Amino acid sequence: MMYAAGIDVGSTQTKAVLMDTARGVVARTLIPTGANVKQAGQRALDAIVAEAGVPRQSVGYVVGTGYGRYKIEAGDAQVTEISCHARGAQMVFPLTRTVIDMGGQDTKAIKVGPEGNVLDFCMNDKCAAGTGRFLAAAADVLGLTLDEIGDISLRGTRPIRLTSVCTVFVESDIMSYMAQKKKVEDILAGVHQAIATRTISLVRRTGVEQEITFTGGVARNIGMVRALEEKLGSRVNVGPDSHYMGALGAALFAADKVIAQEAGAAKVVGEPVAWSDGQ
Amino acid sequence: MTTGTKAPPVSATVSAPAKPSASAARDYRGVVHDLSKTVMTDWMNQLQAAVHDGTPTAYLMISGNCVEILRCFDILPVFPEINALQLAIRKKALPYILKAEEIGYASDNCAYVKADMGYTLSGGVGEEGTMPKPRLIVCNFVGCNVYIKWFEQCAAMMDVPLTMIDIPFVRENQPSPDDVRYVMAQLRTLIEDCEKLTGRKFDIDRLREILAYSARAEEGWALAKSLCRARPSPFDCYFDSINMMGPINALRGTKAAADFFDGAVAHYQKMVDEGVGALDEEKFRIVVEGPPPYPYYRNFRNLFEKWKAVAVQSTYSTVGGTWEFGFRHDPERPLESIAEQMLMHNLCNRTMTERYAQIRAYVERWHADALVIHSVKSCRLFSAGQGDMREYFTKELGVPTLMVESDLEDPRYYAEAQMKNRIDAFFESLEYKRIREGAPQPAGSQP
Repeated sequence: MMYAAGIDVGSTQTKAVLMDTARGVVARTLIPTGANVKQAGQRALDAIVAEAGVPRQSVGYVVGTGYGRYKIEAGDAQVTEISCHARGAQMVFPLTRTVIDMGGQDTKAIKVGPEGNVLDFCMNDKCAAGTGRFLAAAADVLGLTLDEIGDISLRGTRPIRLTSVCTVFVESDIMSYMAQKKKVEDILAGVHQAIATRTISLVRRTGVEQEITFTGGVARNIGMVRALEEKLGSRVNVGPDSHYMGALGAALFAADKVIAQEAGAAKVVGEPVAWSDGQ
Repeated sequence: MTTGTKAPPVSATVSAPAKPSASAARDYRGVVHDLSKTVMTDWMNQLQAAVHDGTPTAYLMISGNCVEILRCFDILPVFPEINALQLAIRKKALPYILKAEEIGYASDNCAYVKADMGYTLSGGVGEEGTMPKPRLIVCNFVGCNVYIKWFEQCAAMMDVPLTMIDIPFVRENQPSPDDVRYVMAQLRTLIEDCEKLTGRKFDIDRLREILAYSARAEEGWALAKSLCRARPSPFDCYFDSINMMGPINALRGTKAAADFFDGAVAHYQKMVDEGVGALDEEKFRIVVEGPPPYPYYRNFRNLFEKWKAVAVQSTYSTVGGTWEFGFRHDPERPLESIAEQMLMHNLCNRTMTERYAQIRAYVERWHADALVIHSVKSCRLFSAGQGDMREYFTKELGVPTLMVESDLEDPRYYAEAQMKNRIDAFFESLEYKRIREGAPQPAGSQP
């Protein structure tokens, strides 16, 4: 039995998914990326192979994605996380036409075709405003963890209005609201709304088409899910494994290769293939 | 196309039978690049000599310039924009940008201006420097207020007379007859200023000769660009077009520039005849809008070459003039044709919808697969409206469009990983589309 692996080396976390040739997930892992990107990719691969209890040689193809994709020594090909999130989201929610991917330093709006192919995309410009990093900065200054802030934000009844969308200046902005004795839940509700507003303008550039699937690490934050839904006026798909979507998509591209190799075909026309072999 | 301009000249010989060798394909960079380098170096040497030998020099801007009038008086043109981009491409711009910021220029102010200001403040211009101090400053592009202030400050700092030529923005498809007369009247003032500077009388016959050389160079420019309609395209009309931009913008009106274009066209025509392309394999044909990130020129180019993508047209190359749409300087109507060019036949003095029409013509007539917009952080004047442009091309025309952002001069705005991510994702989606639609068109086929 041959397997395919997808490794998503993100700015904060590295995720990996091992898949069989029936495109079923057999193992997955999530580890902090840390300073050594190369090691993170290798450790993630080792972890999924160990978890599945299969020999490393049975992994026929490895696709890397995320900012660290070129640092994965075991990677056979690299595919951007834009293509991977689109593909992964389409597998989990087959009617997906719009993907909102919010990660540590990127927010992406992706317009998706019926086969999980990218039709168009827009990303935040070179600034971390409106990304996970913005939430982390807010959590930090309030002395809270990222896991807590979403729930707390939902209790806010009078969201504050942030004067800045700058990830650096948000800290002083929040401190001034604290000095004014604003409630933490109202401050956090305001923070989530500010990011949601910014994200919606990004999504409108590619066009909002149903169904919308929310992926990336920030999708685990229920406060952000609700803030987006409120601004969009519709519900968004969020799976329990939204943060694995990039790795899942990468594994699907890798599985295409393994399946094609087993069938003796060099390239599967009509099926998405893993692009950009090598750099 | 709503510009009311003539169709670009189309080469009759775009078919290509033979498959080229890889080495032949690489040779083109050498030939035209070397031709360009020869004529540009000669001009640079003249500039350097002018630092000490007293040759009269004048500052001029690229956009829709009137270099022919200066040339008529043997005034050597100096283009601070070219100096700025050369600093950037040699990765020397940042210290000068910081120097300008030290005296109060804002971080989002035009980085061309800051690099030039920093360079001037550091003694780069004049007796102790490498560029001659101008004897006259001609501000020929007023579409950008920052540019006006730039040349005003140069004039004030160096105590040099300033001639400001007010070019009305083209509100409709064409300038009005009054607009043309208004500019011609100002050109006569410039002529008087040149007479005063050089002590020579204006010679209209000399201007006619110069304009004939201009027209010859413009014809060559248009022919070379029309050759990029061939598949494969003989050169990258974005990255390689700088080889032609120097001669057409700075050296126009000289025999050397006209001869350069004869040589370039002959070489590119030969490549087309032999089926030799800019790359060993041409997989995607793109049109590029916006100036390149000069501090990372090679890096940026590599991101496209990796995908075997060739620019078959670009708007940036038409900052000086949109010659491929048929306009030529006319020795029979010297001042009038110069005025018309300054008003209408260049990229920047026209409306955004005119720019859309230009790009649309490029996509359709140069058979492009996609549009890439490189937005410039420190130039909101040129970049404003590019979001709408992206929407127009993707949603209304169905042309896949990528928008990326950095800067033409300031290296601090270029983030390679982010740039690469966007470009890779874009070509992944184009490749997917290509696979779904069937095999790509083979090289050498008639477009």
